[in-house]
Amino acid sequence: MSRTTTDLLYLVTIVTFILALRFLSRPDKARLGNWIGAAGMLLAIAVTFAQNEIVSYWQIALGMLIGGGFGAVAARRVKMTAMPQMVALFNGVGGGAAALVSWAEFHNRVGAPGNLKVDIGVAIMLSALIGAVSFAGSMVAFAKLQELIQGRPITYPGQQVVNALVLGGALAAGIAIAAGGEEQWLMWVLLACASIFGVLFVLPIGGADMPVVISLLNAFTGLAAAATGFELENNVLIVSGMLVGASGTLLTLMMSRAMNRSIANVLFGAFGQVTPSAAASAEGDGGTVRAANAEDVAVMLAYAHKVSFVPGYGLAVAQAQHDVRQLADLLEEKGVEVSYAIHPVAGRMPGHMNVLLAEANVPYPQLKEMDEANPEFGRTNVVLVVGANDVVNPDARTNEGSPIYGMPILNVDQAETVVVLKRSMNPGFAGIENPLFYNPKTVMLFGDAKESITKLIENVKGV
Amino acid sequence: MSHGQLLVFEITILVLAIFLGFEVISKVPTLLHTPLMSGTNAIHGIVIVGAMLVMGGGHKDTLTWVIGFVAVILASANVVGGFVVTDRMLEMFRRRRPERPPAAEDDGKPPAP
Repeated sequence: MSRTTTDLLYLVTIVTFILALRFLSRPDKARLGNWIGAAGMLLAIAVTFAQNEIVSYWQIALGMLIGGGFGAVAARRVKMTAMPQMVALFNGVGGGAAALVSWAEFHNRVGAPGNLKVDIGVAIMLSALIGAVSFAGSMVAFAKLQELIQGRPITYPGQQVVNALVLGGALAAGIAIAAGGEEQWLMWVLLACASIFGVLFVLPIGGADMPVVISLLNAFTGLAAAATGFELENNVLIVSGMLVGASGTLLTLMMSRAMNRSIANVLFGAFGQVTPSAAASAEGDGGTVRAANAEDVAVMLAYAHKVSFVPGYGLAVAQAQHDVRQLADLLEEKGVEVSYAIHPVAGRMPGHMNVLLAEANVPYPQLKEMDEANPEFGRTNVVLVVGANDVVNPDARTNEGSPIYGMPILNVDQAETVVVLKRSMNPGFAGIENPLFYNPKTVMLFGDAKESITKLIENVKGV
Repeated sequence: MSHGQLLVFEITILVLAIFLGFEVISKVPTLLHTPLMSGTNAIHGIVIVGAMLVMGGGHKDTLTWVIGFVAVILASANVVGGFVVTDRMLEMFRRRRPERPPAAEDDGKPPAP
């Protein structure tokens, strides 16, 4: 197949990807869009197979079988609640692939002196660096979300200095390659330092900030893929990679804006380190916590006019989304107006709660975004907080010492009564005290979210 | 096309892709942010083309072959996993509950036990 035909067919692939993203703005067309994108990907793979320079068909096919088989099985078997870590994992392997492509390309080119032009060198450096950071960072994010390592921020003295040194090492090796260095060890140093940096950079980031980190790493892999396009002089790689890079960057900005924090603060602030003043304020409140039982809460719910659910990561952990919907249905049958208030950064990836509730068949008009939900709380009788913590923490409005000060929150304390479903009084994932629990309007329903909701269902039926 | 011209051309489409990316994404509602991220995640699996080219293109030695082979495995996991996960998410957004009849009024409730 001639280069012209190949490039034209790659253009078709680019168009399918753009259509896929466009269709994603409409819930009814989104799935079709995803299929169109997948078809475009198949076309790109077929076109690449048909290129003259490709010789080892069977070996490539074998690699695809192994990788694709793993991807298909993992993606089919995973529970909806484990989606964030799956996205992190698939993102990481993409980044790893980009880094490896540049390593191979570097290895291929350095044989003949003068073969490594500056622009190719820069592209190799960028995709190796960004790809390796994305790979290692995503693996740590995966491990944190899968709870293989602790989700809380991991910090130690001199962390920023160590990070800077490691990144500096990677950059130095990368610049040497871009400047025409043709030593193999330069690439090893680059890849090793970039991977270590990826690990160190995600380790101190707390679970509550995962939506920002995952979309950032997604952007990174896109950029790395675009850079490999420059190495291989391949348009489909440049455009598709950059589309992902741009969209990931935009999503990252939207997420950090939703938390009213700069990206630098999210990435390097080691969020969740309780400052002394924040801790003092929580203790200073000295309020008592009121625990309720399921019977009391059920009566409250059944006699309310308007009930709002505020889901958080705890809902995903307990896998209680179906039970929540059952409870909501039951209340609706009793004439209660039910809605769900969704904070933009609730959960562990952008839009996490929407997916979970969609899985439980919650009709999406009932899902209210923050701007829509907040004016309603004043007219809401009961707010049921299921596994959310930081996104309803009033300290964000009032306590300047709190690490989340300034973050827009769901103002659930404006409702008549707040019921918090929680395992125990341990502070949330981010490790910050929450004065909402000590508010006289608040009652706590302790226990596993799923069990508590099941008890509520039984009791509401009996009312 | 000379190497310089090609580079300028590539940078041109790169810059256009940035604006296109921003433009397309800014229309996606919050509701669909997760599938969006997962969808773009699948799209950057296009790096599989790069992996195929370095592995299949008359490699020089075993090292290139091994690196290329691993890259193909990783990239195909990205492609297949990415699209399948996205499809599973979007499947859920398509199903809709049938409309239920209007619920009873408050005063129609039985008294509390």
